[in-house]
Amino acid sequence: MSAQFMQYLLTGITVGAIYALVALGFSIIFNASDVINFAQGEFVMIGGMATMSLIAAGLPYGLAIPLAVAAAALVGLALEKFAVEPARGASVVTLIIITIGASIFLRGLATLVWDKNLHAVRPFTGDAPIAIAGATILPQSLWVIGVTLAIVLALSWFFGRTLLGKAMLATSHNRLAAQLVGINVRMVLFMSFGLSAALGAVAGILIAPITTTSYDVGVMLGLKGFAAAILGGLGSGLGAVVGGIVLGVAETMSAGYVSSAYKDAIAFVIMLAVLFFLPSGLFGKRGGDRV
Amino acid sequence: MLARLASPRTGGLLALAVVIALLPLALSNKYFYDVAILVGLNAIVCIGLNLLIGYAGQISLGHAGFFGLGAYGSAVLASRYGWPPLAALLATTGAVAMLAYVVGRPILRLRGHYLAMATLGLGIIIFMIISTEDKFTGGPDGISVVPFSVAGFALQGERVWYWVVGALLLVAVWLGLNLIESPTGRALRALHSSEVGAEVVGINAAEHKLMVFVVSAVFASVAGSLAAHYSGFVTPSKVTFLHSIELVTMVVFGGLASTFGAVVGAVVLTTLPQLLAAFEDYEMMVFGAVMIGTMIFLPRGVVPSLARLLRPRRAGGAAGKDSLA
Repeated sequence: MSAQFMQYLLTGITVGAIYALVALGFSIIFNASDVINFAQGEFVMIGGMATMSLIAAGLPYGLAIPLAVAAAALVGLALEKFAVEPARGASVVTLIIITIGASIFLRGLATLVWDKNLHAVRPFTGDAPIAIAGATILPQSLWVIGVTLAIVLALSWFFGRTLLGKAMLATSHNRLAAQLVGINVRMVLFMSFGLSAALGAVAGILIAPITTTSYDVGVMLGLKGFAAAILGGLGSGLGAVVGGIVLGVAETMSAGYVSSAYKDAIAFVIMLAVLFFLPSGLFGKRGGDRV
Repeated sequence: MLARLASPRTGGLLALAVVIALLPLALSNKYFYDVAILVGLNAIVCIGLNLLIGYAGQISLGHAGFFGLGAYGSAVLASRYGWPPLAALLATTGAVAMLAYVVGRPILRLRGHYLAMATLGLGIIIFMIISTEDKFTGGPDGISVVPFSVAGFALQGERVWYWVVGALLLVAVWLGLNLIESPTGRALRALHSSEVGAEVVGINAAEHKLMVFVVSAVFASVAGSLAAHYSGFVTPSKVTFLHSIELVTMVVFGGLASTFGAVVGAVVLTTLPQLLAAFEDYEMMVFGAVMIGTMIFLPRGVVPSLARLLRPRRAGGAAGKDSLA
């Protein structure tokens, strides 16, 4: 295995981990409410930007990160309360426009709270590259991969072993049945936005030291995370993670071996290919329509 | 005769023609003419998009792509290769129609979110190709476009373009209204309420959806070509995801399944950013808030909601605002 291949692979996995976190956020909200949350990318942005300004204000990472995640979660909860809940039962187009409007609103808010510039963030544990099998990897990338792994494990424990998690899963399978057994479906929806926002924020915080952050980082990351969710199958947690990693690696490999000019387009080409040939994605439910 | 005047095709068209004819009295300078022309071009795209979203019940988050292809096609053929602008426009429109036909087939097999995402992906890929192939397209800086000239007569200046766009808008509205009232239009509306039901009575859903998709792409492409010639240059900024969203918002805001709603939507949402320019810092926030607010409080759009409000006032009257919707 050449050193170049290893380099692309490691970079791809790092980037893929971020896509996986964003895709998980999409899947959780989609499962709870059939809503595609176009504002997901903005949670990523809020996580990164909030951390940046808290660090600049002098707080240590240990305080800044939880505060930033909490801030993003609050924004997610507010989004659900004020934008999604009033429009319950609306059509697909309406909900899409609402979440897109929310993402535009949040970006506008970000330019007021912060500004339009790029901001650098200090890496968690320094930036001395580490050599692995002929390739180099930044310590921050190890953080990205490690934290993502930890989160995925935590989420599977949460959904498999806790009451709230199981309630959320139940709601995603059949909302009416969940209501009938006494699950507060509205609370599940509310919490799922908060959880997705937190996931997005973590992704934003992890990647900010590597790629710098600004008010519009959320747009592309959100869209690509979305492509990853589609690749893995909308609504499937495992699919989100696998889709994210596969997308990240595919993107880096094609940028390296084929054409770096179209690096950003790869995600969308893959998304279109999945939608044309396997719409339910790798792990999604192969459903039919009820007539 | 009064009853005929009340129908959308005659009454509404006449009203629009009167507005277009009288508007210049209120447009006191170049800037206002410019906004009016922009509104007109957006309205043309929206009428086509409304056929797709409002009547056929599909969705497209990538129509800025077709607009951009029309603009760049005309620009490149006319400016780089010296084609006569009219020929460039016709060739570009034909090419876009073919692209929509080829891509539409697999895309329209999808529904709901998946269709939205596929069109989104298509629009973004078009944007990236245009931005990256800078040998042809000038990349992010764009290229300049020669003025539109037919048989030696060049269209230049806001006033001339205003009348051209106004006339084309009337044609587009007329085409849209005619399509809706025709058997094809009825087939589309049947499709919208129940695709399976429509197929059961013999309507070929796939063919009809494809046709609407191609028609809406053509509207967008023509508007794009004209916009390129009018502005004198093209940049990728008109081909972005954001522009696609603005177009969909105009259609939904103005009123789905309402051709005049599409025009109203274009008017309001094209002029809104101009009005908000004074609040430059808050522009994005207000635009986003407007999008959210309209969808929550006026989910059917402005024109149908207003029509519903006015309907009880006209007890028993056949002529009424609702016939304009």
